[in-house]
Amino acid sequence: MSRQVVVPFGPQHPVLPEPVHLDLVLEDERVVEAIPRIGYVHRGLEKLVEKRDYKDYIFIAERICGICSFIHSVGYSQGIEALMEIEVPARAEYLRTIWSEYSRLHSHLLWLGCFADSMGFENLFMQSWRIRESVLDVLEETTGGRVIQGSCKVGGVRKDIAAPQLEQMKEGLKTLQSEVDDLVAVFSDEPTIKSRTIGVGVLSKDEAWELGAVGPMLRGSGVRKDMRMLGYGAYEHLDFKPVAHDAGDCYSRCLVRAEEMSVSIDLIRQAIDSIPEGEIEVKVKGNPDGEYFSRVEQPRGEVLHFVKGGGKKNLLRHRVRTPTMANIPALVKTLAGCQMADVPVIVLSIDPCIGCMER
Amino acid sequence: MRKEEQETIEVTLQTLASEVQKQKDLGSRLVQICCARIGDDFELHYSFEREATDSPFKFTDLKLVTDGGSPIGSVTGIFFAAFGYENEIADLYGLKIEGNLLDFKGTFITTSVPYPFGKPAVTKKEGTS
Repeated sequence: MSRQVVVPFGPQHPVLPEPVHLDLVLEDERVVEAIPRIGYVHRGLEKLVEKRDYKDYIFIAERICGICSFIHSVGYSQGIEALMEIEVPARAEYLRTIWSEYSRLHSHLLWLGCFADSMGFENLFMQSWRIRESVLDVLEETTGGRVIQGSCKVGGVRKDIAAPQLEQMKEGLKTLQSEVDDLVAVFSDEPTIKSRTIGVGVLSKDEAWELGAVGPMLRGSGVRKDMRMLGYGAYEHLDFKPVAHDAGDCYSRCLVRAEEMSVSIDLIRQAIDSIPEGEIEVKVKGNPDGEYFSRVEQPRGEVLHFVKGGGKKNLLRHRVRTPTMANIPALVKTLAGCQMADVPVIVLSIDPCIGCMER
Repeated sequence: MRKEEQETIEVTLQTLASEVQKQKDLGSRLVQICCARIGDDFELHYSFEREATDSPFKFTDLKLVTDGGSPIGSVTGIFFAAFGYENEIADLYGLKIEGNLLDFKGTFITTSVPYPFGKPAVTKKEGTS
């Protein structure tokens, strides 16, 4: 056996936009074990629920993350709505679904760019982020916010999208689809990407399930599970099939995210075609009582919002289990046995969001 | 809206491990573990999901209520993925969890206030951060 050395990876590292630390136990260039450490920027946002009105708290829930912010607000709202048996208008459910899918698109484009960057593929990074701008523009035009939309509320949504604007968005999807197709072709076929990702960081189907992995990490190992299959929002009315690949390596996870962009574009198109007319919110009266686990699918996977009310305007507890937290055990597993040079690619392949995890 | 059906099973400190093992035997995956302070007690939720005949996403929650006086047995021996959640609960609530296979001993989450979600009287032991 070679001599073992421990190499710290992070919390500050060129490939990590946010602080997380791994102690990598190495034998020569091979990683024997990886020990994670988080908690550098834990914000304790959940604690604020004890002091804020449950309706106002949605602004805090949305700020848990700066990428999947809108979907956090949907998860929280659905939790409260389930506790209070609130029937959200159908149009609001469709609008939530449209904005959720735009959020997924921009998150996946962001990740694809970062992933390319982790391999030193700078022009692919810039191309991914250039396309992402057009998605952020739509979010800004329809909600007023590029990062924090603020358009979801308990009982519905705050903003509507007029019919001409929906048609304009549908036209824009044609250009976006064409650009996404070109981008996906590069990620699927480019030898540089294949050589850095195929057979790297392999997680088997059983391991992914056993370790509680979620999202593309789970589907990249061949498990066809996606919370959108639960049928929340407008998904029960839309034709949706989850994207999955069986190899379980970094390439598989990359393909899942790349192909999910076309699924998102299709879902937005379907939602625009079938969005019903009507109200966008209902008046919410009373206070939540009881407990509920609200689960929705974020770009990184299943997010769980646990809400517990005691019949007062302040909740007793709000807990968010973010996808990154669920994927840490799987990350530790995939790092064991890899080469040191592959660590940045494997770490990025879970699409870590430390901001979410340190809510 | 479509509300998910969720089953809740109450467990005790003595039956926790066997109930978690039952979930493992049923083929469940660990979704999460969380804690809530309710008055002087703590309520822990161990959530699982499995494919069942009536639902592909059958959600089961094991609820454990404890006053925090006795240590809670770790379930990492059954579901290794529990290590993060158990460290988190130990750091944020000050609960003692025994037998965690990857125990960070109070250094998993760095907080400026000791046990911010715990009972106000609880303080961290010297030597832990």
